[in-house]
Amino acid sequence: MRRLRQFAADFGWPRIIIFFFLVALFFAAPLVGVRVDASLSDVFNRFGQNAFFVLALVPMIQSGCGLNFGLSLGIIAGLLGATLSVQLGLHGAVGFAGALVLSAPFAIIFGWLYGKLLNKVKGEEMTIAMYVGFAGVMFMCIMWLLLPYTAPDMIWGYAGHGLRTTISVENYWIHILNDFLEIRIGPFFRFPTGEILFAAFGAWLMWLFLRTKTGTAMTAVGSNPDYARASGISVDKMRTISVVISTLLGAAGIIVYQQSFGFIQLYNAPLAMPFTAIAAILIGGASVKKASMLNVVVGTFLFQGLLTMTPSVINSWLQTDMSEVVRIVVSNGIIIYALTRKTKVSK
Amino acid sequence: MSGQRSLGRFLRENAVILLFLIVTVLAIRPSGLSLVYIGQEMITRLGRDSFLVLALLLPIYAGMGLNFGMTLGAMAGQFGLILAVNYNLLGVCGLVFAALVSLPVSLLMGYICGVVLNKAKGREMVTGYILAFFVNGVYQFVVLYLMGSVIPVRSKAIVLSRGYGIRNTLNLDGVRQTLDNLLPLRVGPFVLPILTFLVIAALCVFIIWFKKTKLGQDMRAVGYDMHVAESAGVPVDRTRIIAIIISTVLATIGQIIFLQNMGNMATYNAHDQTSFFAVAAILVGGASVKKATIPNVFIGVCLLHVLFVVSPGAGQKLFGEAMIGEYFRQFIGYGVIALSLVLYAWRSRREAERLREGLRGGAAEGGGK
Repeated sequence: MRRLRQFAADFGWPRIIIFFFLVALFFAAPLVGVRVDASLSDVFNRFGQNAFFVLALVPMIQSGCGLNFGLSLGIIAGLLGATLSVQLGLHGAVGFAGALVLSAPFAIIFGWLYGKLLNKVKGEEMTIAMYVGFAGVMFMCIMWLLLPYTAPDMIWGYAGHGLRTTISVENYWIHILNDFLEIRIGPFFRFPTGEILFAAFGAWLMWLFLRTKTGTAMTAVGSNPDYARASGISVDKMRTISVVISTLLGAAGIIVYQQSFGFIQLYNAPLAMPFTAIAAILIGGASVKKASMLNVVVGTFLFQGLLTMTPSVINSWLQTDMSEVVRIVVSNGIIIYALTRKTKVSK
Repeated sequence: MSGQRSLGRFLRENAVILLFLIVTVLAIRPSGLSLVYIGQEMITRLGRDSFLVLALLLPIYAGMGLNFGMTLGAMAGQFGLILAVNYNLLGVCGLVFAALVSLPVSLLMGYICGVVLNKAKGREMVTGYILAFFVNGVYQFVVLYLMGSVIPVRSKAIVLSRGYGIRNTLNLDGVRQTLDNLLPLRVGPFVLPILTFLVIAALCVFIIWFKKTKLGQDMRAVGYDMHVAESAGVPVDRTRIIAIIISTVLATIGQIIFLQNMGNMATYNAHDQTSFFAVAAILVGGASVKKATIPNVFIGVCLLHVLFVVSPGAGQKLFGEAMIGEYFRQFIGYGVIALSLVLYAWRSRREAERLREGLRGGAAEGGGK
């Protein structure tokens, strides 16, 4: 019994509660007429859609920059890459790869500047990151209207300029990852193999990276900056690297998301995205100071599972749409839990 | 030499406010609005927003940064207003009723917020921000699902057609601008909402008085250095909770004043940007995370809102698109908050470094002797 309690304490009560809640939802699903196989299929799809965002948070947590509330900067870089790829008329796999490649330079530049900024404000990173992200999104709102894009699929038909709020990628690279080696069982279950493989590949690369010399140095900077400096590691450089990687992954993340979702969403869309990713990694058991690949996988799965199952099950059960309320309360409740937890490592 | 240095220092310390002043003055001409119009708007918005912005002062004194959790108070105020409309209470009486009804809710919210922020010392701002999101979920649950089904609602006009939940927009005609218009005063082309100004003035007097009380002094001490205050026998956690409770209650009243001026209420969105506007205003007025004064509040409200009034017109004129002005003002709002947080963090880090250098120098001298 004591071992069980110890295990529960290590694993964290919120995670356990959410896990059992999710299991209960899956059991309740058939009773209210929701298909379990279709739901599972949704969960896998959304897992692949969002895993990169969650993964993007890891480097900055490890290097002591905290939760990347400014992930929207990476997302903006990804949006630039995606729109440029459509503008150039790239299709299929080339289009998808093109979007990734085109977004990289923006992500590196944004990440580098953003990292420099965060180095100047150590200790206040999270609040500042949030507002830098918001300001960036708003600045790009102006830019989406002014930038000289010309592809007719993207601009407002009657005005002749300015990008649309949502741009369909149906003719370009929709489901390019999802359809790769897709497994279909019955009419409702689809396993997006390519998307999951891509996410797994990303996680594997990150796992490898954290074990390289740079990766270890980065973790050292996060756990004890003074010790790291004493052993000859440049704290600022490591932090900047972590921010650049995070921004790059954010950019890749939004492109993966778009190929599955089918649309490029511009303007205000990136505002809320960092919060979803942050809630996911925290549900997975990460703290403000430590995160692992396990946290990423468990967290994304639990959170996306929750987001998929609560609307369908609760709505069919209560005949009302409570999902939004459940989403807001759970995701922000988890973030508050993590922020108020006493971390052993002090600032 | 020293004159030059003090000029540089003046520029650095007031960078935000100066930058803002320049942008605003530049935007006035292309907006095509008359100065009288802008002046009247400024007076209206001073009455509408100042109370909310003043609610931010006490937590800053207590060293808790900008109280993004003030949104909790705003939601409590909206709850009170919904009930006032439900019982069809008119005029100032309705407003007072709304304030009294929401008082217990807002005391509770303030207490919760204070306890949570005490557990997140050092990251109060981001925690307060997320807490506002969290309570927004609870607020939606109460207003959208419980009101009309569990909490009885008498007025059918404010309930959604499905039988429970409050409608998306609430018409506040019964209390609309009743506080503003009770004692109107015309000065030349301007109309001044005297009673609202008197309420705001009373709050200013309260804050000045409060700073001189024992509790106010404790708050300053906690804000200056928590550890020193603790060892001097100040109950740190309790003082911080009180600061947040007062701020939350003030935000409740502030939101009621704000909404009576607006005349209608977006039930589920009216509080979304409360803390954003209030925080942006106080920062534009020259306050920082650690230091704020009553003049900062009024300067900030004037400057921020003049820019907000002129930016859509300027956007239309300069870029041929009114939307650009709308995005621009949000960009400016977020940008100002980011910029002043950055400047503050940067400055305090440099200060800390200078102190450390000083210590080192002192030690070397001591060793020499």
